[in-house]
Amino acid sequence: MERLSRARRVRALYRCWPAAGVVAALGLSPAAQADDIADLQREMKDMQRHYDAELKRLQSSYEARLRRLEAKLKQAETKPSAAPKQEASTISSAAPPQPLADPPQGQLPNSYPALAPAAATEPAPAVAPGGAAAQAGSFNPAIGIVLQGKASYFGKNPDSYFVRGFPLGDEAGPGRRGLSLGESEINFQANADPYLFGNLTLSIDPDNHVSIEEAFIQSTSLPGGLTLRAGRFFSGIGYLNEQHSHTWDFADQALPYRVFLNTQYDDDGVQLRWLAPTTQFLELGGEVFRGTAFPAGGPAHVGFGTFNLFAHTGGDIDDSSSYRTGLSWLHTNAHNRTTSVSNAPDDTFTGHSETLIYDTVFKWAPNGNPVEQNLKLQGELFAHYDDGKFNLVPLAGWSTGFYVQAAYQFMPRWRVGARYDQVLGNRQSGPLAGSTVDNLGTTARRASAMLEYNTSEFGRFRLQYNRDWSRGAPDDQAILQYVISLGAHGAHLF
Amino acid sequence: MKCRSLCLVACALLLCAGTVPAQALQIFACEPEWGALATELGGDKVTVFTATTAQQDPHQIQARPALIAQLRGADLVICTGAELEVGWMPILLRQAANGRIQPGSPGYFEAAQQVRLLDIPTRLDRAEGDIHAAGNPHIQTDPRNIAAVAAALARRLAQVDPANAAAYAGRAQAFAGRWNTAMQGWAQRAAAIRGQTIGAYHKSWTYLEDWLGLHEAGTVEPKPGIPPSSQYLAQLISEWPAKNVRAVIYTAYEDPRGSEFVAQRINATAIMLPFTVGGSGRARDLFGLFDDTIDRLVDGLAGGAGGRR
Repeated sequence: MERLSRARRVRALYRCWPAAGVVAALGLSPAAQADDIADLQREMKDMQRHYDAELKRLQSSYEARLRRLEAKLKQAETKPSAAPKQEASTISSAAPPQPLADPPQGQLPNSYPALAPAAATEPAPAVAPGGAAAQAGSFNPAIGIVLQGKASYFGKNPDSYFVRGFPLGDEAGPGRRGLSLGESEINFQANADPYLFGNLTLSIDPDNHVSIEEAFIQSTSLPGGLTLRAGRFFSGIGYLNEQHSHTWDFADQALPYRVFLNTQYDDDGVQLRWLAPTTQFLELGGEVFRGTAFPAGGPAHVGFGTFNLFAHTGGDIDDSSSYRTGLSWLHTNAHNRTTSVSNAPDDTFTGHSETLIYDTVFKWAPNGNPVEQNLKLQGELFAHYDDGKFNLVPLAGWSTGFYVQAAYQFMPRWRVGARYDQVLGNRQSGPLAGSTVDNLGTTARRASAMLEYNTSEFGRFRLQYNRDWSRGAPDDQAILQYVISLGAHGAHLF
Repeated sequence: MKCRSLCLVACALLLCAGTVPAQALQIFACEPEWGALATELGGDKVTVFTATTAQQDPHQIQARPALIAQLRGADLVICTGAELEVGWMPILLRQAANGRIQPGSPGYFEAAQQVRLLDIPTRLDRAEGDIHAAGNPHIQTDPRNIAAVAAALARRLAQVDPANAAAYAGRAQAFAGRWNTAMQGWAQRAAAIRGQTIGAYHKSWTYLEDWLGLHEAGTVEPKPGIPPSSQYLAQLISEWPAKNVRAVIYTAYEDPRGSEFVAQRINATAIMLPFTVGGSGRARDLFGLFDDTIDRLVDGLAGGAGGRR
């Protein structure tokens, strides 16, 4: 039966080709003239012919293979079978004699007459890993695509955005005014073999720059609860750091992540995780990174600049609620790291930073069924220590930050959310007074509210309002956003 | 200092992990029906953890930490497959750090591979809603499927835990006997409702309808996974009486309002069916599940007009 469905799937794919071709052709020739139409029609006919021929070829090859298989099946059936096999046939013979219903009308040509009844009564062999996967295409990785776009209003010019008291990485800005594309994402993933899984996520920014967001391999069968990962990936620290932007509950990242981690710590490295053999979820992990991502950076490091440790634990409180909480410590080194400031020369920093994160997330749904209603509460607390030279002047000190947020689905399709986030820098005296790292006695903070409408689990529209005191005086911001997922059904982290 | 005590704790945990005595086969069942079946076939040779309840929509489960922890120690995973768990199992399996239960290994068992699937879509397009490329995954509503899965699962249990192979074979034989008798009883009782037309909330009942010879006029959901609009409900109310829809059936985890709204207005009965083990007070095991399902259906369809059962 597996084979039947695959055959149908193949046909469904082939059926799409001519249509896709037309769409592409139309898209490429906006001013379609008579000649173009004739060309198009010819092309369509060609494609149709090609499609038909291909279909025939596939059909005949499948029929031949099915006949061979049926012969084999008959042969196997006539042989004396083992004890459990006999049970199976006792059960099915006692079952009401009518076979399972015919396949839905008009879907199958009458080319698989013998298989359907045989399949209805005879369960497939229990262990047939990959037995039916005969097509070349079936080894293709799963492909998922995320499309995002926004219309944004910012009271203050977002290009000169800053957070009082902090140097910022290049991703920390709030975006651009007006209509713009968000980040488009293409994800490929598959198992390489029984031991390895591979994942590639490409990100394309609105300016057409393609970047590798994640490209890693991961072990699937190490003993002792160990999982090893290597490549480029979002660090496992905190809670939001690992979550891709399309799964966020707000259109932008929380302030402490913006300020301390340039939205997310994403770097080249290796990760080892150990999952405790307990019913309480307990996971310990550590990572070593190259050290190119903010707050690390600079050309002179040796390529092992960042390391961290994290621990997460969690479980179910009852049928309706569950939680996860964790502690992380990130150590980064910077050598002449430059960060840009609008209307001023770049800042430099050489030294090391320690970032501590405490994260908690709590989820609730009636009876654990989130379809109708669900609630998600989360918060993270940051403490960040810099020790080094900022613009060649010694700088050492702690800064802190946190965010708390709630997202509540009050009926299918609709969610509301609220968030408060802040970061607290330091007052500087001496040569650093009035510089980027001087917060002038203010706390950068922001309050946000959002309303979401989901067309399905793959389509999301969000309206968000921020009142942002990052620069001292308040700034009103509004973002209307869509996040759409295509292709492979991405499973989301907790 | 701190470092040393942390190390000690970690070592203690590791030792604990190493010294756990050989015990019952740990089974992680994705849905309650497979958990119940594993208990029937495994008896005291197995310990069963069921990841979801009858009050939860198996399409939409959070990849909760508790599930990761349970998968870490599992010897055998029993899921429906056919993409029913595609939104949560892949990510759990990747985080579980357990090579024994990865897809393709003997410790990973998919029930849908043991039966013939219906409702295989001819058009793979999410414009059709949340469809499953492999076919309708709600196979447990036909007891003949349970029988086929039981036979295959018994073989798999023997493969994963050869020391108890004889016990599994014996229990499977006994179960098959009891199940056959019960199936005959259900089929006899349901003969009275053969050929009747029902509506369903979601395409959850294809196999049940196939088994009992019921016709489905359509679903309250306009497309799988898409909640109905009031406009669509009105359309059903105008169309279904002509199709002679006698009942609208829904599961324990679905919001009954849409089904009841339509049923009331077309003078049909809204019937909640347990759908899986735990879905009603009587559905305590697989036998109770079908006892209750058949009773509710037969009573509801015989009772004819009005109200909710």
